[in-house]
Amino acid sequence: MRRQRLFLVGLLSPVTLYLGFFFFGPLLIIGVFSFLEPGLYGGVEWNFYHWNYGRIFGWADGVIEWYEPIYLTILFRSMLMAVFTVIACLVVVYPVAFWVSRLPERMQLFFMFLITLPFFTSLIIRLYAWLVILKPSGVINDLLLALGLIAAPLDMLFTRFAVVLGMVYVMIPFMFLPVYGSIERLDRSLIEASGDLGARGWQTFLKVVLPQTLPGIAGGSVLVFIPSVGNFIIPDVLGGAKGLMIGNLVEQQFLDARNWPFGAALSMVIMAVVLTVMLIYATKVVRAGQQVGDA
Amino acid sequence: MSILEIRNAQRVYRTPEGGTVNALDGVSLEVDQNEFVTLLGPSGCGKTTLLRAIAGFEHLDGGSIHLDGVDMIGVPAFRRPINTVFQSYALFSHMSVRRNVAYALEVAGIGKAEREGRADEMLELVGLSGMGARRPAQLSGGQRQRVALARSLIARPKILLLDEPLSALDRQLRQQMQVELKSLQHEVGISFVFVTHDQEEALTMSDRIVVMRSGSVEQVGSPREIYRRPATRFVAGFIGETNMMEVKLDGSGLASSTGGPSIRLFDGGASGAATAVIRPSDLSLGPRDEAAEGAIPGYIRQEVYLGSELHFMIDVVGSDVPWRVTARDEGRHYANGAEVALSYDPASVHLIRRAV
Repeated sequence: MRRQRLFLVGLLSPVTLYLGFFFFGPLLIIGVFSFLEPGLYGGVEWNFYHWNYGRIFGWADGVIEWYEPIYLTILFRSMLMAVFTVIACLVVVYPVAFWVSRLPERMQLFFMFLITLPFFTSLIIRLYAWLVILKPSGVINDLLLALGLIAAPLDMLFTRFAVVLGMVYVMIPFMFLPVYGSIERLDRSLIEASGDLGARGWQTFLKVVLPQTLPGIAGGSVLVFIPSVGNFIIPDVLGGAKGLMIGNLVEQQFLDARNWPFGAALSMVIMAVVLTVMLIYATKVVRAGQQVGDA
Repeated sequence: MSILEIRNAQRVYRTPEGGTVNALDGVSLEVDQNEFVTLLGPSGCGKTTLLRAIAGFEHLDGGSIHLDGVDMIGVPAFRRPINTVFQSYALFSHMSVRRNVAYALEVAGIGKAEREGRADEMLELVGLSGMGARRPAQLSGGQRQRVALARSLIARPKILLLDEPLSALDRQLRQQMQVELKSLQHEVGISFVFVTHDQEEALTMSDRIVVMRSGSVEQVGSPREIYRRPATRFVAGFIGETNMMEVKLDGSGLASSTGGPSIRLFDGGASGAATAVIRPSDLSLGPRDEAAEGAIPGYIRQEVYLGSELHFMIDVVGSDVPWRVTARDEGRHYANGAEVALSYDPASVHLIRRAV
């Protein structure tokens, strides 16, 4: 018993130490900084200062800083874009996952390899490729112009559309793997049974397939939603001024405006909001997942 | 009147090696109204393919299926008035038992109150009253089986297909379900087509048995016919234990085997080559010196005690394989190697005539 416990402590200590030093420690620092006064040239003054949050939520000291509703607007817009990303990923991935799950086993393994292939290339390079595709003299516009479908190049780059497009592109593997996992586990005889009992294809999909694969959909949605909300690299490259997301704002506060406490406060707000949304979502899905999981 | 008519059903599968297998090689079959028909055969004989073709999950490469006079070729599964009980039951785990049972009515757009009422009636019919609110996972294997039955009967199909539904149950429950299935079929008055590889199951429940082998029908008949008058050596060997011996008939009333015993026949007018079939329970065992004339001489090889019965393996002179004899335990014991004789009623000997 004692030895088993020691063994367990030994096994769990690396992850505990790692997360302790590199996650909870920095988190604590950010939490503390968010209540400190910004230093004049970056850094912090060790005075309690609640106006960082005031600037976001509706009060500010009115001397150096003023309240602007823009921060909440951008946060809300970022979450909306993340939701769009999740939905688009799901729509793209679901039929593909279904198709892959019906391939012979060796083909399935090959397909999994294809799905993970983009990870072998740097994210920045892949995003710049999108830049080339979307820009006014890019591949798509050139093609559409040559076909005579448009008279002037479409403004696709530096829009929220471009950001969502880029995020969908980057996030697809994170949606694919859990969704594929649950579809692959789906008992084929359930689909046959549903059809046998008189259900049409769409009825079988809505009443049997979708509920049975809900755990995978939920898992994939969480994996895509969280990194999408706070993403700053993709909007940086593809978003321009119009596609700014909350992550860029945080980045700017730390690197450009050199207002660390305000950046820290923004980070804490993002975390709190995302955590709340995820908790609500998770409890709902866990309940639905239990229903699917038993039996 | 036959409700289901299958004519010359063909289905060819491609093997991974590039060859082809005739899963169904010209199968014809009729199922009557309110009849319990069993498709019996070893795995790979095509019985499940045939069932799936009737249900509409598999297409046929040739032949026809008519249900109540209507051509079913090209009719999708969801439009066929046929329901299936799956081997794995295929219950929807995310739905309550009641919603599972009512599913066929739900997708047909029948109102909630009516379909739940009918589902509860079906649950009562299969002995699961009051279980409607549970989830399938909270039921035992036998109870899930009943839910699957109730679910597939609620829409009153013209035919119910059952794909080895009892194979996952333990022996005792299986025997109980065999009896219940048969009486349920009588009660609902729907034709059942039942697939199994278990000959005992087939004998217990069926009005008619269709014995299949490598995509073809070997014999169709009542359980008694199949057991007593097997048409081929395969059927004789597949249904129950049996003793078989190649014999020659010369019209004298005796069937003679080369190097082995001669067997007296009830009706010995014919001549030619045949296989003589004698069931182990039709043989009786006695010491050689007490034996009547015409008894088959042999030696005890092994005696197996099974409680109510004794099974003997007998080395019969001139036979490569030992014969089996089943006897009631009457306290008599034979030593291994003891000289015995097997006597029989000539009427119990069945001959499978070889085509000349």
